[in-house]
Amino acid sequence: MSTLILAEHDNAHLNPATAKAVFAAAQWGGGIDILVAGHNCAAVAEAAAKLDGINKVLVLDDAAYQHGMAEPLSAVLVHLAPSYTYIAAAATSFGKNVMPRVAALLDVMQVSDITKVVNPTTFERPIYAGGAVQTIEAKSEKIVVTVRASAFDSQPEGGSPAPVEAISFDAPAPKARFVSRESAGGTGPDLATARVVVSGGRALGSKEQFDSLLTPLAEKLNAALGASRAAVDSGYAPNDWQVGQTGKVVAPDLYVAVGISGAIQHLAGMKNSKVIVAIDKDPEAPIFKVADYGLVADIFEAVPELTEKL
Amino acid sequence: MKILVPVKRVLDANVAVRVKPDGSGVELANLKMSMNPFDEIAVEEAVKLREAGTASEVIVVSIGPAQAADTLRSGLAMGADRAILVKTEDALEPLAIAKILKHIAGTEAPDLVIMGKQAIDDDCNQTAQMLSALLDWPQAMFASKVEVSGQSVTVTREIDGGLETLEMDLPAVISTDLRLNIPRYASLPNVMKAKKKPLEEIAAESLGISLAPQLHVVATNPPPERKPGAMVDSVDALVEKLKSEARVL
Repeated sequence: MSTLILAEHDNAHLNPATAKAVFAAAQWGGGIDILVAGHNCAAVAEAAAKLDGINKVLVLDDAAYQHGMAEPLSAVLVHLAPSYTYIAAAATSFGKNVMPRVAALLDVMQVSDITKVVNPTTFERPIYAGGAVQTIEAKSEKIVVTVRASAFDSQPEGGSPAPVEAISFDAPAPKARFVSRESAGGTGPDLATARVVVSGGRALGSKEQFDSLLTPLAEKLNAALGASRAAVDSGYAPNDWQVGQTGKVVAPDLYVAVGISGAIQHLAGMKNSKVIVAIDKDPEAPIFKVADYGLVADIFEAVPELTEKL
Repeated sequence: MKILVPVKRVLDANVAVRVKPDGSGVELANLKMSMNPFDEIAVEEAVKLREAGTASEVIVVSIGPAQAADTLRSGLAMGADRAILVKTEDALEPLAIAKILKHIAGTEAPDLVIMGKQAIDDDCNQTAQMLSALLDWPQAMFASKVEVSGQSVTVTREIDGGLETLEMDLPAVISTDLRLNIPRYASLPNVMKAKKKPLEEIAAESLGISLAPQLHVVATNPPPERKPGAMVDSVDALVEKLKSEARVL
């Protein structure tokens, strides 16, 4: 009963979400191996080997895996699957892309986006944008799981690094080709893992006002910037800042919602934050129902004052 | 070029979800059901490709109860040419749905399948990836831009941290993200016309595909409630609370 975890990385750094998936796997128990498939990715394998409780790290270093495409990665995972009971990854856009393909090739259902391990075959996961929580028992011989990173701690580093083993696998001829990737930019902490998130909504009114009001506050709090769907659709913020059912799910220690009404779609992405602060001029806004501290005020006065007083 | 668009009938996005007191599921009786919002985006994209002359036929397919015919009629009213309803009273898992869609792709031979990235009821985000795996076709998930040229399609995808562009050989599977397009409203004349468009019915059981669920839903519960918060009347009071009470600063 062992687990293979697909590492997420950019060939240089291990994505912190992978350590969350390892933490979840440690809860259902059994040995844990990590697969690092990429190109010139030795540093990633080293970082993965440091995580506590890892048996070994399998490294597949080949240009075919450089861009994390779903087709070659799913072929490798299916090739390695006979040695494992569980195949898991973090439920990031990377994990969501690859893992259902693996599950289908193994003819098993995937358990998506788990938020809790009840016992080794039973998991909790939210449905209906977090409006309900399902308890799911997987009865298949192989269990394919994606792990909601914000619901688990990070697996800490252990005493001595796990052994790293090079493997090879010839991926099938590609029918899809990587063309380019463009980063959204931004220099602050990563939204998915930040301790503090400052998020803006439609009430910010323009991209300029979004930036001038929220950037200084985020800098003061060393926070990542987030946005509601309305703010993204209006062009105030790039789309990978979107917090919600269809964007990122975050659970920071402190979430500051500025000018966000609190549509159910948005709440699904942030309502498990430890402390929620809402600032909005509409006292009836649904965001105040989930906020620990609510302030009814003009955001254009209250936010600069807050930034000043921190 | 032929495009297949799978659509799902789900609880309308604007209806508040209530969990049944016995934990057996969520309340769906007598509530408004609609086409899954991501699927509307998929229909819109397919219809746009047809209007541009890139596609020659758009087929919408839904798997579900008799009422899913309404969802298909909505797709026809948006501009799809014909519809297929695979009828079943059981709630099927994404893998079973993908197997049925593979069968339909086998008989219809589409060049492109465009479908929503996830259904807003089960929030699984699996079916498109699974279908692409079963067909051994390339996949481009979470698309925000689609450009077809000859025998290939270029897709820009929304990923964590930005955008990624892929080029795929046809046939291929694409799943839609929110920013791909804004779906049109069906006009009344088009709603009337849609009633006359062909809608073929197939019984799911007749396909000889194993549809038995693999996952057992033990219980469905309401999410844990947050303890009630407090309103503060000034920025000073807020800072004070965050420092001394919440201790997050």
